[in-house]
Amino acid sequence: METQMKPILRAKGIDKFFAGAIALDKVDLTLYPGEVHALLGENGAGKSTLIKSLTGAYHRDGGTIELDGAQIDPRSPVESQALGIGTVYQEVNLLENMSVSDNLFLGWQPMKRRLLDHREMHRRAREILKGYGLDIDPTQLLSSYSIAIQQVVAIARAVELSGKVLILDEPTASLDREEIELVFSVVRNLTSRGMAVVFITHFLDQVFELCDRATVLRNGCVVGERKLADVSQGDIVELMLGHHLEATKRRAKQSSPGETILSMKGFGKRGMIEPFDLDLREGEVVGLAGLLGSGRTETCKVIFGVVSADQGSAELSGKSIRLSSPRTALEHSLGLCPEDRKTDGIVGDLSVRENIILSLQARQGWTRPLKRSRINQIVDEYVKALDIRLASPNMPIRLLSGGNQQKALLARWLATEPDILILDEPTRGIDVGAHAEIIDLIERLREQGMALIVASSEMEELVAYSTRVVVLRDRRQVRELRGEEITTDRIVKSISQGETAA
Amino acid sequence: MMRSPRLALYITMTTFVLAFLISASQYPSMLSTRVVANLLTDNAFLGLTAVGMTFVILSGGIDLSVGSVIAFSGVFLAVILRDTSMHPLVAFVLLLMVTTAFGAAMGSIIHYLEMPPFIVTLAGMFLMRGLAYVLSTDSVPITHPFYDTIQDVVWKAPGGGRFRLIGGIMILAYIVAMIVLHKTRFGRNVYALGGSAGTARLMGVPIARTTITIYAIGGGLAGLAGIVYSIYTSAGYSLATVGVELDAIAAVVIGGTLLSGGSGYVAGTFFGILIMGLIQTYIVFDGTLSSWWTKIVIGGLLFAFIMLQKALGWATTKGRRPASESATQS
Repeated sequence: METQMKPILRAKGIDKFFAGAIALDKVDLTLYPGEVHALLGENGAGKSTLIKSLTGAYHRDGGTIELDGAQIDPRSPVESQALGIGTVYQEVNLLENMSVSDNLFLGWQPMKRRLLDHREMHRRAREILKGYGLDIDPTQLLSSYSIAIQQVVAIARAVELSGKVLILDEPTASLDREEIELVFSVVRNLTSRGMAVVFITHFLDQVFELCDRATVLRNGCVVGERKLADVSQGDIVELMLGHHLEATKRRAKQSSPGETILSMKGFGKRGMIEPFDLDLREGEVVGLAGLLGSGRTETCKVIFGVVSADQGSAELSGKSIRLSSPRTALEHSLGLCPEDRKTDGIVGDLSVRENIILSLQARQGWTRPLKRSRINQIVDEYVKALDIRLASPNMPIRLLSGGNQQKALLARWLATEPDILILDEPTRGIDVGAHAEIIDLIERLREQGMALIVASSEMEELVAYSTRVVVLRDRRQVRELRGEEITTDRIVKSISQGETAA
Repeated sequence: MMRSPRLALYITMTTFVLAFLISASQYPSMLSTRVVANLLTDNAFLGLTAVGMTFVILSGGIDLSVGSVIAFSGVFLAVILRDTSMHPLVAFVLLLMVTTAFGAAMGSIIHYLEMPPFIVTLAGMFLMRGLAYVLSTDSVPITHPFYDTIQDVVWKAPGGGRFRLIGGIMILAYIVAMIVLHKTRFGRNVYALGGSAGTARLMGVPIARTTITIYAIGGGLAGLAGIVYSIYTSAGYSLATVGVELDAIAAVVIGGTLLSGGSGYVAGTFFGILIMGLIQTYIVFDGTLSSWWTKIVIGGLLFAFIMLQKALGWATTKGRRPASESATQS
């Protein structure tokens, strides 16, 4: 049926390059009136880049966009909005300091005798929001309403100003179930009026609940366009991850791990990660697998005390401990390499040397500075051991490549000689060579008897080095794979089906 | 729950009324039109400066140059009226053009070079003060007959109050500012900019034009304050009005405007000015207190109002309505 309809938006062969790297490679996207179209892909697949290229936030390097049969070439989101394409972002892009009406009408307020007509504005705001199932007082500040209501107000503004295509970029990420229902009913209402909605999310259940079709991106290319009625969640996950069917060589030998060093029971934090049990033994690597937002990073953060758990208990070598802050974790010989090294890891303007000794110095306390000779010795040792390529340890760390930054961060934690090391996405955004080196390093550390927890979105990588793999889904541990069970196939299946039985 | 910015305004107004009643109960003669008239006349130039400062602070900026601009304006007028035969009205227009352009230039630098307003206007402050020195280091008296004419425009109220023109100019400026801020698209854009410049841009607010206009208004009103100050003192002196920018900022904050921008009312600034004037009047009436007590009380008030804003901001987000309560069953 859809094929007989005329598409409302047709983007063809969209290209986008960043400093020579291809971010989008001839991407096509076709939207029909009245459909909810999911745009899917792992982080870095190019979803945001595509949206920004379509709405003019980025200047695209190739391709054409047709809206209602006419070629368009928007230069800014404001311009594309005027043409008919509205966008609503995950963090509500409205002004909390102004009233609901102000937010709806900013820039196109009703006027009377060359002055703003507030009464008319409030009246129309109330009317518009009634159409979205909201009966709220539009004279109140936006900040006095919940995020879900703000999200609906943002949608209302985008629809009023554009009216043909609405792009929702992770609109439900910070909403609870009831609030998601509110947003969904608003979206369904809009498509019944003939609008096309692009829905970007990491929650596959929501995709199947709301959307009609899906375009899946991977590494800047479209890898499939599917009618969701015809496919299963597993099919979509396979498309997104693009896992290769050939079995990856498992390197983790069936070596017998040592004694349990860290043991957590019913450990969790409301709203972040469901309570889980985890035993970690010396000389083993526990891999954390799952889609983005499944709770991988959250698990790492809760264990290290970045956010302190509100339930459960932890034991370190048989002694009960409280992991309430990164500082206590550090004192108990834990280390964490965070996911986003630019914001959470490196201190860009400090030298490589200072970055490497940061944690060691932090554990010593600032009243007992490390000796210069000792510092140099440590830095030289790790620069050599990890093969960090740099001109001098005195250079600012931000000048290093991603892979070398990551190695320097690893060095920071290794210098504290931790018993337990938590790595969150240790190979994100680094080149292939450094990638292999980091995997080798994980292997070496395990053989030396260290206990590691590694969260990664790359299945092959997890298969390669994990002794056990814990699969997460919707912020809950759903499955633990051991030994022979650890294959990309099984991991993908566990993620998509959420099978709980062992 | 009441909207927090409005609540802050009411608290400022209540503070003023209470302070006035307390003063009047100690010194009943303060309840006279004379005191009210003097309150307006003495604070006219500060009041005008604070109007411009309200625009700037609402947009999330700051303007440190205004005190120097007032001093420059005074010297500029005094020197022109001494050395040329130009009519003061022509000189006024010329001056307003200079200070408005000066404000617009600072706004352009802030926007296009993405410089912090604090630094840009700090440079402007030194520049203007320096220019005032270049024109004259001495206090230059203004003896033009037109100044006498303006100073003679007085409305004598019953009770001996003398309401002068400059007080009227200030009140007019507040009324116009209120209309601009609340009844024009530009005014709403000022609030939008103060809420979040990035979001405002995404919502289609013309950031460049708005920023430049805001600082132009600040400069223009500082120039107008300079004219009023020269009428008030009948002289131009390059060392005058040092630190007035800080008094203006204090009045804006006491008036309930958030220093980080996006929330507040120009009416609040008016009461902020009145509160500060009232403290001074009280000290004059008392006669034994050192005038430095003004500063101490203003310091205390500022602190109290900052705490108050924190509390109000916290209360608004705490009282957030859940979605389920306001959604109609559809």
